[in-house]
Amino acid sequence: MPTITMPELQFGEVFANIDLLLEACGLTLALWAVALAAGLSGGLLVGLARLSPRRWIAWPARGYVELFRNTPVLVQLIWFYYALPVVSGIQLPAFAAAALALSLNASAYCAEIYRGGIQSVAAGQWEAGRALGMGRLRLLRRIILPLAVRRMVPAFTNRAVELAKNTSVASIITVHELMYTARLFSSQNYIPMETFTVVAMIYFLLIYPFTLASYALERHFAAGRA
Amino acid sequence: MTVAGDVVLQVEDLHKSFGSTEVLKGIDLSVRRGERIAILGSSGSGKSTLLRCMNVLEMPTRGRLILDGEAVGKPAAGGATRYREAELNRLRARVGMVFQQFNLFPHMTALENVMEGPLSVLGRPKAEARRTAQRHLERVGLGGKADAHPARLSGGQQQRVAIARALAMDPEVLLFDEPTSSLDPELVGEVLGVINDLSEDGRTMLLVTHELGFAYHFATRILFLHEGRILEDGPPEQVLKSPREERTRRFLDRFTAFRF
Repeated sequence: MPTITMPELQFGEVFANIDLLLEACGLTLALWAVALAAGLSGGLLVGLARLSPRRWIAWPARGYVELFRNTPVLVQLIWFYYALPVVSGIQLPAFAAAALALSLNASAYCAEIYRGGIQSVAAGQWEAGRALGMGRLRLLRRIILPLAVRRMVPAFTNRAVELAKNTSVASIITVHELMYTARLFSSQNYIPMETFTVVAMIYFLLIYPFTLASYALERHFAAGRA
Repeated sequence: MTVAGDVVLQVEDLHKSFGSTEVLKGIDLSVRRGERIAILGSSGSGKSTLLRCMNVLEMPTRGRLILDGEAVGKPAAGGATRYREAELNRLRARVGMVFQQFNLFPHMTALENVMEGPLSVLGRPKAEARRTAQRHLERVGLGGKADAHPARLSGGQQQRVAIARALAMDPEVLLFDEPTSSLDPELVGEVLGVINDLSEDGRTMLLVTHELGFAYHFATRILFLHEGRILEDGPPEQVLKSPREERTRRFLDRFTAFRF
Protein backbone atom coordinates (compact mmCIF):
# COMPACT_ATOMS: atom_id res chain seq x y z
CA MET A 1 0.00 0.00 0.00
CA PRO A 2 1.51 3.28 -1.12
CA THR A 3 2.01 5.80 1.59
CA ILE A 4 1.18 9.42 0.96
CA THR A 5 3.82 11.59 2.46
CA MET A 6 2.53 14.93 3.63
CA PRO A 7 4.88 17.79 2.86
CA GLU A 8 6.22 19.17 6.06
CA LEU A 9 4.81 22.56 6.90
CA GLN A 10 7.60 25.09 7.31
CA PHE A 11 6.06 27.86 9.37
CA GLY A 12 9.47 28.40 10.98
CA GLU A 13 10.75 29.78 7.71
CA VAL A 14 7.89 32.28 7.49
CA PHE A 15 8.17 33.43 11.08
CA ALA A 16 11.93 33.84 10.67
CA ASN A 17 11.14 36.46 8.04
CA ILE A 18 8.03 37.89 9.67
CA ASP A 19 9.61 41.36 9.80
CA LEU A 20 9.43 41.51 5.98
CA LEU A 21 5.68 40.89 6.11
CA LEU A 22 5.07 43.21 9.03
CA GLU A 23 6.90 46.05 7.32
CA ALA A 24 4.71 45.57 4.27
CA CYS A 25 1.67 46.08 6.50
CA GLY A 26 2.56 49.77 6.57
CA LEU A 27 1.58 50.22 2.92
CA THR A 28 -1.48 48.04 3.34
CA LEU A 29 -2.66 50.19 6.23
CA ALA A 30 -1.82 53.39 4.35
CA LEU A 31 -3.85 52.28 1.32
CA TRP A 32 -6.72 51.27 3.55
CA ALA A 33 -6.70 54.53 5.49
CA VAL A 34 -6.51 56.73 2.39
CA ALA A 35 -9.22 54.85 0.52
CA LEU A 36 -11.49 54.65 3.56
CA ALA A 37 -11.16 58.35 4.38
CA ALA A 38 -11.72 59.26 0.74
CA GLY A 39 -14.61 56.83 0.49
CA LEU A 40 -16.36 58.22 3.56
CA SER A 41 -15.99 61.85 2.49
CA GLY A 42 -16.27 61.45 -1.29
CA GLY A 43 -19.13 59.04 -0.79
CA LEU A 44 -21.05 61.66 1.17
CA LEU A 45 -20.74 64.16 -1.67
CA VAL A 46 -21.71 61.63 -4.32
CA GLY A 47 -24.53 60.29 -2.14
CA LEU A 48 -25.94 63.80 -1.71
CA ALA A 49 -25.57 64.40 -5.44
CA ARG A 50 -27.52 61.18 -6.09
CA LEU A 51 -30.37 62.60 -3.98
CA SER A 52 -30.40 65.97 -5.69
CA PRO A 53 -33.67 66.88 -7.41
CA ARG A 54 -31.57 68.40 -10.20
CA ARG A 55 -30.94 65.87 -12.93
CA TRP A 56 -27.71 67.41 -14.08
CA ILE A 57 -26.30 66.71 -10.64
CA ALA A 58 -28.02 63.40 -9.89
CA TRP A 59 -27.38 61.63 -13.18
CA PRO A 60 -23.60 62.02 -13.43
CA ALA A 61 -23.40 60.89 -9.80
CA ARG A 62 -25.43 57.83 -10.63
CA GLY A 63 -23.30 57.10 -13.70
CA TYR A 64 -20.18 57.27 -11.54
CA VAL A 65 -21.63 54.91 -8.95
CA GLU A 66 -22.76 52.37 -11.52
CA LEU A 67 -19.44 52.46 -13.35
CA PHE A 68 -17.38 51.73 -10.26
CA ARG A 69 -19.74 49.23 -8.69
CA ASN A 70 -20.32 47.14 -11.76
CA THR A 71 -16.73 46.62 -12.89
CA PRO A 72 -14.00 44.61 -11.15
CA VAL A 73 -11.80 46.60 -8.82
CA LEU A 74 -8.83 44.76 -10.31
CA VAL A 75 -9.58 46.24 -13.73
CA GLN A 76 -9.99 49.68 -12.18
CA LEU A 77 -6.52 49.49 -10.64
CA ILE A 78 -4.94 48.24 -13.83
CA TRP A 79 -6.71 50.98 -15.71
CA PHE A 80 -5.42 53.79 -13.50
CA TYR A 81 -1.90 52.41 -13.58
CA TYR A 82 -1.53 51.27 -17.18
CA ALA A 83 -4.26 52.92 -19.23
CA LEU A 84 -4.31 56.40 -17.74
CA PRO A 85 -0.80 57.20 -19.01
CA VAL A 86 -1.80 56.13 -22.51
CA VAL A 87 -5.02 58.16 -22.50
CA SER A 88 -3.83 61.27 -20.68
CA GLY A 89 -0.07 61.07 -20.52
CA ILE A 90 -0.20 61.09 -16.72
CA GLN A 91 1.83 58.25 -15.22
CA LEU A 92 0.90 57.87 -11.59
CA PRO A 93 3.25 56.08 -9.20
CA ALA A 94 1.92 52.63 -8.35
CA PHE A 95 0.80 53.62 -4.85
CA ALA A 96 -0.99 56.74 -6.07
CA ALA A 97 -2.76 54.79 -8.83
CA ALA A 98 -3.87 52.14 -6.35
CA ALA A 99 -4.97 54.74 -3.79
CA LEU A 100 -6.92 56.66 -6.43
CA ALA A 101 -8.67 53.60 -7.83
CA LEU A 102 -9.54 52.20 -4.39
CA SER A 103 -10.74 55.63 -3.23
CA LEU A 104 -13.03 56.09 -6.22
CA ASN A 105 -14.30 52.55 -5.80
CA ALA A 106 -14.95 53.02 -2.07
CA SER A 107 -16.67 56.37 -2.72
CA ALA A 108 -19.10 54.71 -5.10
CA TYR A 109 -20.07 52.09 -2.51
CA CYS A 110 -20.19 54.58 0.36
CA ALA A 111 -22.35 56.93 -1.73
CA GLU A 112 -25.02 54.23 -1.87
CA ILE A 113 -24.77 53.68 1.89
CA TYR A 114 -25.21 57.39 2.51
CA ARG A 115 -28.09 57.59 0.08
CA GLY A 116 -29.90 54.69 1.71
CA GLY A 117 -29.18 56.00 5.19
CA ILE A 118 -30.39 59.51 4.44
CA GLN A 119 -33.53 58.19 2.76
CA SER A 120 -34.28 56.04 5.79
CA VAL A 121 -34.68 59.09 8.05
CA ALA A 122 -38.37 59.80 8.54
CA ALA A 123 -39.80 62.69 6.51
CA GLY A 124 -41.04 64.18 9.78
CA GLN A 125 -37.46 64.94 10.79
CA TRP A 126 -36.91 67.00 7.66
CA GLU A 127 -40.21 68.77 8.27
CA ALA A 128 -39.43 69.50 11.91
CA GLY A 129 -36.09 71.02 10.95
CA ARG A 130 -37.55 73.01 8.08
CA ALA A 131 -40.35 74.25 10.32
CA LEU A 132 -37.70 75.74 12.62
CA GLY A 133 -36.24 77.61 9.65
CA MET A 134 -33.20 75.38 9.18
CA GLY A 135 -31.56 75.44 5.76
CA ARG A 136 -30.88 72.22 3.88
CA LEU A 137 -27.21 71.97 4.77
CA ARG A 138 -27.69 72.80 8.43
CA LEU A 139 -30.54 70.33 8.60
CA LEU A 140 -28.35 67.64 7.09
CA ARG A 141 -25.51 68.35 9.48
CA ARG A 142 -27.51 68.77 12.68
CA ILE A 143 -30.39 66.34 12.25
CA ILE A 144 -30.41 64.06 9.23
CA LEU A 145 -26.81 62.86 9.09
CA PRO A 146 -26.46 62.23 12.84
CA LEU A 147 -29.58 60.07 12.63
CA ALA A 148 -28.60 58.40 9.37
CA VAL A 149 -25.01 57.65 10.40
CA ARG A 150 -26.24 55.65 13.38
CA ARG A 151 -27.99 53.30 11.01
CA MET A 152 -25.13 53.27 8.53
CA VAL A 153 -22.42 52.03 10.92
CA PRO A 154 -22.93 48.30 10.15
CA ALA A 155 -22.93 48.96 6.40
CA PHE A 156 -19.83 51.14 6.61
CA THR A 157 -18.07 48.51 8.71
CA ASN A 158 -18.90 45.91 6.11
CA ARG A 159 -17.51 48.13 3.38
CA ALA A 160 -14.38 49.05 5.33
CA VAL A 161 -13.57 45.40 6.02
CA GLU A 162 -14.06 44.55 2.36
CA LEU A 163 -11.86 47.48 1.43
CA ALA A 164 -9.05 46.33 3.73
CA LYS A 165 -8.89 43.08 1.79
CA ASN A 166 -9.28 44.85 -1.55
CA THR A 167 -6.00 46.65 -0.90
CA SER A 168 -4.33 43.31 -1.71
CA VAL A 169 -5.31 43.84 -5.34
CA ALA A 170 -2.73 46.65 -5.41
CA SER A 171 -0.09 43.89 -5.50
CA ILE A 172 -1.00 43.42 -9.17
CA ILE A 173 0.38 46.83 -10.02
CA THR A 174 3.57 46.34 -7.96
CA VAL A 175 2.62 48.20 -4.81
CA HIS A 176 4.85 46.57 -2.20
CA GLU A 177 2.09 46.00 0.32
CA LEU A 178 1.43 42.87 2.31
CA MET A 179 0.13 40.66 -0.50
CA TYR A 180 2.86 41.65 -2.94
CA THR A 181 5.53 40.92 -0.37
CA ALA A 182 3.89 37.61 0.50
CA ARG A 183 3.76 36.51 -3.14
CA LEU A 184 7.37 37.45 -3.64
CA PHE A 185 8.42 35.66 -0.48
CA SER A 186 6.47 32.51 -1.23
CA SER A 187 7.75 32.21 -4.78
CA GLN A 188 11.33 32.69 -3.63
CA ASN A 189 11.02 30.08 -0.89
CA TYR A 190 8.43 27.71 -2.38
CA ILE A 191 6.25 27.80 0.72
CA PRO A 192 2.99 29.39 -0.47
CA MET A 193 0.69 27.54 1.89
CA GLU A 194 2.56 28.60 5.02
CA THR A 195 3.13 32.13 3.79
CA PHE A 196 -0.46 32.81 2.82
CA THR A 197 -1.79 31.24 6.01
CA VAL A 198 0.34 33.61 8.01
CA VAL A 199 -0.72 36.49 5.74
CA ALA A 200 -4.36 35.67 6.36
CA MET A 201 -3.68 35.80 10.09
CA ILE A 202 -2.02 39.17 9.71
CA TYR A 203 -5.02 40.54 7.76
CA PHE A 204 -7.28 39.22 10.48
CA LEU A 205 -5.23 40.94 13.19
CA LEU A 206 -5.28 44.20 11.21
CA ILE A 207 -9.00 44.17 10.53
CA TYR A 208 -10.53 42.65 13.64
CA PRO A 209 -9.75 45.55 16.03
CA PHE A 210 -11.51 47.82 13.55
CA THR A 211 -14.58 45.57 13.64
CA LEU A 212 -14.52 45.60 17.44
CA ALA A 213 -14.32 49.39 17.43
CA SER A 214 -17.35 49.58 15.15
CA TYR A 215 -19.34 47.34 17.51
CA ALA A 216 -18.41 49.69 20.34
CA LEU A 217 -19.61 52.62 18.23
CA GLU A 218 -22.93 50.86 17.60
CA ARG A 219 -23.34 50.27 21.33
CA HIS A 220 -22.48 53.89 22.02
CA PHE A 221 -25.18 55.10 19.63
CA ALA A 222 -27.69 52.61 20.98
CA ALA A 223 -27.08 53.91 24.50
CA GLY A 224 -27.57 57.52 23.36
CA ARG A 225 -31.00 56.72 22.08
CA ALA A 226 -32.40 55.61 25.38
CA MET B 1 -43.83 95.62 17.35
CA THR B 2 -46.95 96.67 15.51
CA VAL B 3 -50.29 97.49 17.01
CA ALA B 4 -52.30 94.59 18.36
CA GLY B 5 -55.13 93.59 16.08
CA ASP B 6 -53.47 94.38 12.77
CA VAL B 7 -53.14 91.70 10.12
CA VAL B 8 -50.09 89.56 10.77
CA LEU B 9 -50.54 86.88 8.15
CA GLN B 10 -52.58 87.05 5.02
CA VAL B 11 -53.40 84.30 2.57
CA GLU B 12 -54.60 85.32 -0.88
CA ASP B 13 -56.30 83.05 -3.40
CA LEU B 14 -54.41 80.01 -2.19
CA HIS B 15 -54.67 76.88 -4.29
CA LYS B 16 -52.96 73.56 -3.76
CA SER B 17 -53.12 70.50 -5.95
CA PHE B 18 -51.54 67.10 -5.48
CA GLY B 19 -51.32 65.71 -8.98
CA SER B 20 -54.77 66.19 -10.50
CA THR B 21 -56.52 66.50 -7.12
CA GLU B 22 -57.15 70.05 -6.09
CA VAL B 23 -57.13 70.10 -2.29
CA LEU B 24 -57.39 73.85 -1.74
CA LYS B 25 -59.61 75.73 -4.16
CA GLY B 26 -58.94 79.35 -3.41
CA ILE B 27 -58.50 80.34 0.22
CA ASP B 28 -58.53 83.94 1.32
CA LEU B 29 -57.76 84.54 4.95
CA SER B 30 -56.57 87.42 7.06
CA VAL B 31 -55.13 86.50 10.44
CA ARG B 32 -55.05 89.33 12.95
CA ARG B 33 -52.43 89.55 15.63
CA GLY B 34 -53.51 87.79 18.79
CA GLU B 35 -56.25 85.78 17.12
CA ARG B 36 -56.67 82.15 18.06
CA ILE B 37 -58.20 80.40 15.09
CA ALA B 38 -59.46 76.83 15.21
CA ILE B 39 -59.78 75.19 11.81
CA LEU B 40 -62.40 72.45 11.61
CA GLY B 41 -63.47 70.17 8.82
CA SER B 42 -63.77 66.52 7.96
CA SER B 43 -60.72 64.63 6.75
CA GLY B 44 -59.86 65.57 3.20
CA SER B 45 -61.34 69.03 3.61
CA GLY B 46 -57.85 70.54 3.20
CA LYS B 47 -57.46 71.92 6.72
CA SER B 48 -54.03 70.41 7.35
CA THR B 49 -52.88 71.33 3.88
CA LEU B 50 -53.93 74.92 4.48
CA LEU B 51 -51.93 75.01 7.68
CA ARG B 52 -48.90 73.47 5.97
CA CYS B 53 -49.11 75.99 3.16
CA MET B 54 -48.95 78.80 5.69
CA ASN B 55 -45.31 78.07 6.42
CA VAL B 56 -44.76 76.62 2.95
CA LEU B 57 -43.98 73.12 4.17
CA GLU B 58 -46.39 72.46 1.36
CA MET B 59 -45.68 74.56 -1.72
CA PRO B 60 -48.89 76.32 -2.79
CA THR B 61 -49.79 75.75 -6.42
CA ARG B 62 -51.14 79.27 -6.71
CA GLY B 63 -51.70 82.30 -4.54
CA ARG B 64 -49.57 84.22 -2.13
CA LEU B 65 -48.70 84.72 1.51
CA ILE B 66 -48.17 88.07 3.14
CA LEU B 67 -46.40 88.13 6.48
CA ASP B 68 -46.37 91.45 8.32
CA GLY B 69 -47.28 93.32 5.17
CA GLU B 70 -44.49 91.75 3.14
CA ALA B 71 -45.29 89.34 0.34
CA VAL B 72 -43.34 86.11 0.56
CA GLY B 73 -41.74 84.93 -2.67
CA LYS B 74 -41.83 86.35 -6.15
CA PRO B 75 -44.73 86.03 -8.59
CA ALA B 76 -44.17 83.44 -11.30
CA ALA B 77 -46.14 82.24 -14.31
CA GLY B 78 -49.72 81.01 -13.84
CA GLY B 79 -50.39 82.79 -10.54
CA ALA B 80 -47.78 80.66 -8.79
CA THR B 81 -45.16 82.04 -6.47
CA ARG B 82 -41.48 81.23 -6.52
CA TYR B 83 -39.76 80.99 -3.16
CA ARG B 84 -36.07 81.16 -2.44
CA GLU B 85 -34.81 78.85 0.27
CA ALA B 86 -33.33 81.63 2.41
CA GLU B 87 -36.62 83.47 2.34
CA LEU B 88 -38.58 80.37 3.33
CA ASN B 89 -36.20 79.75 6.20
CA ARG B 90 -36.80 83.27 7.49
CA LEU B 91 -40.57 82.81 7.15
CA ARG B 92 -40.53 79.49 8.98
CA ALA B 93 -38.41 80.90 11.78
CA ARG B 94 -41.28 83.34 12.40
CA VAL B 95 -44.17 80.94 11.82
CA GLY B 96 -43.78 77.99 14.17
CA MET B 97 -45.36 74.57 13.78
CA VAL B 98 -46.38 71.75 16.09
CA PHE B 99 -46.97 68.45 14.31
CA GLN B 100 -49.43 65.66 14.87
CA GLN B 101 -46.54 63.18 15.18
CA PHE B 102 -44.43 65.51 17.39
CA ASN B 103 -41.33 64.92 15.22
CA LEU B 104 -38.89 65.47 18.04
CA PHE B 105 -35.24 64.89 17.18
CA PRO B 106 -34.62 61.44 18.69
CA HIS B 107 -30.86 61.85 19.09
CA MET B 108 -31.25 64.93 21.28
CA THR B 109 -32.49 65.35 24.83
CA ALA B 110 -35.67 67.33 25.49
CA LEU B 111 -33.55 70.37 26.35
CA GLU B 112 -31.42 70.02 23.22
CA ASN B 113 -34.57 69.73 21.12
CA VAL B 114 -35.80 73.04 22.48
CA MET B 115 -32.37 74.66 22.17
CA GLU B 116 -31.82 73.61 18.58
CA GLY B 117 -33.77 76.37 16.83
CA PRO B 118 -32.42 79.32 18.84
CA LEU B 119 -28.93 77.87 18.69
CA SER B 120 -28.58 76.95 15.04
CA VAL B 121 -31.18 79.18 13.35
CA LEU B 122 -31.21 82.33 15.47
CA GLY B 123 -27.52 82.06 16.38
CA ARG B 124 -28.10 82.58 20.11
CA PRO B 125 -25.18 81.88 22.47
CA LYS B 126 -25.33 78.40 23.98
CA ALA B 127 -25.72 79.50 27.60
CA GLU B 128 -28.62 81.77 26.71
CA ALA B 129 -30.28 79.11 24.52
CA ARG B 130 -29.97 76.65 27.39
CA ARG B 131 -31.53 79.07 29.87
CA THR B 132 -34.50 79.94 27.71
CA ALA B 133 -34.97 76.31 26.70
CA GLN B 134 -35.14 75.31 30.37
CA ARG B 135 -37.68 78.07 30.97
CA HIS B 136 -39.83 76.87 28.09
CA LEU B 137 -39.68 73.30 29.33
CA GLU B 138 -40.84 74.51 32.72
CA ARG B 139 -43.62 76.41 31.02
CA VAL B 140 -44.98 73.16 29.55
CA GLY B 141 -44.50 71.42 32.89
CA LEU B 142 -41.42 69.39 31.92
CA GLY B 143 -38.62 71.21 33.69
CA GLY B 144 -37.60 67.92 35.28
CA LYS B 145 -37.33 66.06 31.97
CA ALA B 146 -34.68 68.28 30.38
CA ASP B 147 -32.15 65.45 30.04
CA ALA B 148 -34.55 62.78 28.85
CA HIS B 149 -34.46 61.60 25.26
CA PRO B 150 -37.81 61.55 23.42
CA ALA B 151 -37.93 57.74 23.53
CA ARG B 152 -38.20 57.98 27.31
CA LEU B 153 -41.17 60.36 27.23
CA SER B 154 -44.88 59.62 26.85
CA GLY B 155 -46.69 60.90 23.78
CA GLY B 156 -48.19 63.75 25.75
CA GLN B 157 -44.79 64.72 27.14
CA GLN B 158 -43.24 64.54 23.69
CA GLN B 159 -45.88 66.85 22.31
CA ARG B 160 -45.31 69.29 25.17
CA VAL B 161 -41.58 69.31 24.38
CA ALA B 162 -42.49 69.95 20.73
CA ILE B 163 -44.60 72.91 21.85
CA ALA B 164 -41.67 74.22 23.91
CA ARG B 165 -39.42 73.77 20.87
CA ALA B 166 -41.76 75.87 18.74
CA LEU B 167 -42.14 78.50 21.48
CA ALA B 168 -38.36 78.82 21.85
CA MET B 169 -38.28 80.50 18.44
CA ASP B 170 -40.70 83.14 19.77
CA PRO B 171 -42.76 82.86 16.59
CA GLU B 172 -45.23 85.54 15.55
CA VAL B 173 -47.66 82.85 14.48
CA LEU B 174 -47.87 79.36 15.90
CA LEU B 175 -49.50 76.59 13.90
CA PHE B 176 -50.82 73.39 15.49
CA ASP B 177 -51.54 70.53 13.09
CA GLU B 178 -53.89 68.16 14.95
CA PRO B 179 -51.61 68.22 18.01
CA THR B 180 -53.61 65.64 19.97
CA SER B 181 -54.78 63.30 17.21
CA SER B 182 -52.07 60.69 17.73
CA LEU B 183 -52.31 60.69 21.53
CA ASP B 184 -53.99 58.19 23.80
CA PRO B 185 -57.26 59.74 25.01
CA GLU B 186 -56.01 60.12 28.58
CA LEU B 187 -53.00 62.16 27.38
CA VAL B 188 -55.02 64.62 25.29
CA GLY B 189 -55.96 66.75 28.26
CA GLU B 190 -52.42 67.64 29.34
CA VAL B 191 -51.51 68.84 25.86
CA LEU B 192 -54.70 70.85 25.41
CA GLY B 193 -54.09 72.33 28.86
CA VAL B 194 -50.64 73.55 27.80
CA ILE B 195 -51.99 75.01 24.56
CA ASN B 196 -54.77 76.74 26.45
CA ASP B 197 -52.24 78.27 28.85
CA LEU B 198 -50.49 79.90 25.89
CA SER B 199 -53.60 82.00 25.31
CA GLU B 200 -52.53 84.46 27.98
CA ASP B 201 -49.41 85.40 25.93
CA GLY B 202 -51.59 86.93 23.25
CA ARG B 203 -49.68 84.96 20.63
CA THR B 204 -51.36 84.39 17.29
CA MET B 205 -52.26 80.73 16.96
CA LEU B 206 -53.95 78.54 14.38
CA LEU B 207 -55.08 75.10 15.38
CA VAL B 208 -56.36 72.27 13.24
CA THR B 209 -58.32 70.01 15.54
CA HIS B 210 -61.17 67.58 16.03
CA GLU B 211 -61.64 68.63 19.66
CA LEU B 212 -64.75 70.75 19.27
CA GLY B 213 -65.13 71.45 22.96
CA PHE B 214 -61.58 72.71 23.19
CA ALA B 215 -62.00 74.79 20.03
CA TYR B 216 -65.08 76.38 21.56
CA HIS B 217 -63.23 77.51 24.68
CA PHE B 218 -59.84 78.25 23.17
CA ALA B 219 -60.53 79.92 19.85
CA THR B 220 -61.50 83.50 19.19
CA ARG B 221 -62.51 82.51 15.69
CA ILE B 222 -63.49 79.31 13.96
CA LEU B 223 -63.11 78.33 10.33
CA PHE B 224 -64.96 75.42 8.84
CA LEU B 225 -63.38 74.01 5.71
CA HIS B 226 -65.22 71.88 3.23
CA GLU B 227 -63.76 70.51 0.00
CA GLY B 228 -60.96 73.02 -0.14
CA ARG B 229 -62.98 76.14 0.63
CA ILE B 230 -63.76 78.11 3.75
CA LEU B 231 -67.44 77.48 4.31
CA GLU B 232 -67.84 79.17 7.61
CA ASP B 233 -65.83 81.84 9.42
CA GLY B 234 -66.92 83.42 12.67
CA PRO B 235 -66.77 83.44 16.45
CA PRO B 236 -67.07 80.00 18.15
CA GLU B 237 -70.49 80.80 19.56
CA GLN B 238 -71.89 81.44 16.11
CA VAL B 239 -70.12 78.73 14.08
CA LEU B 240 -70.59 75.94 16.60
CA LYS B 241 -74.04 76.83 17.92
CA SER B 242 -75.80 78.38 14.96
CA PRO B 243 -73.87 77.53 11.80
CA ARG B 244 -75.09 79.14 8.60
CA GLU B 245 -74.40 76.20 6.34
CA GLU B 246 -76.14 72.85 6.22
CA ARG B 247 -72.73 71.19 5.67
CA THR B 248 -71.40 72.60 8.92
CA ARG B 249 -74.47 71.49 10.81
CA ARG B 250 -74.11 67.93 9.51
CA PHE B 251 -70.43 67.91 10.46
CA LEU B 252 -71.19 69.13 13.97
CA ASP B 253 -74.03 66.63 14.39
CA ARG B 254 -71.60 63.76 13.96
CA PHE B 255 -69.74 64.90 17.06
CA THR B 256 -72.86 65.26 19.14
CA ALA B 257 -74.62 62.11 17.95
CA PHE B 258 -73.66 60.13 21.02
CA ARG B 259 -73.98 61.68 24.44
CA PHE B 260 -74.32 60.38 27.92
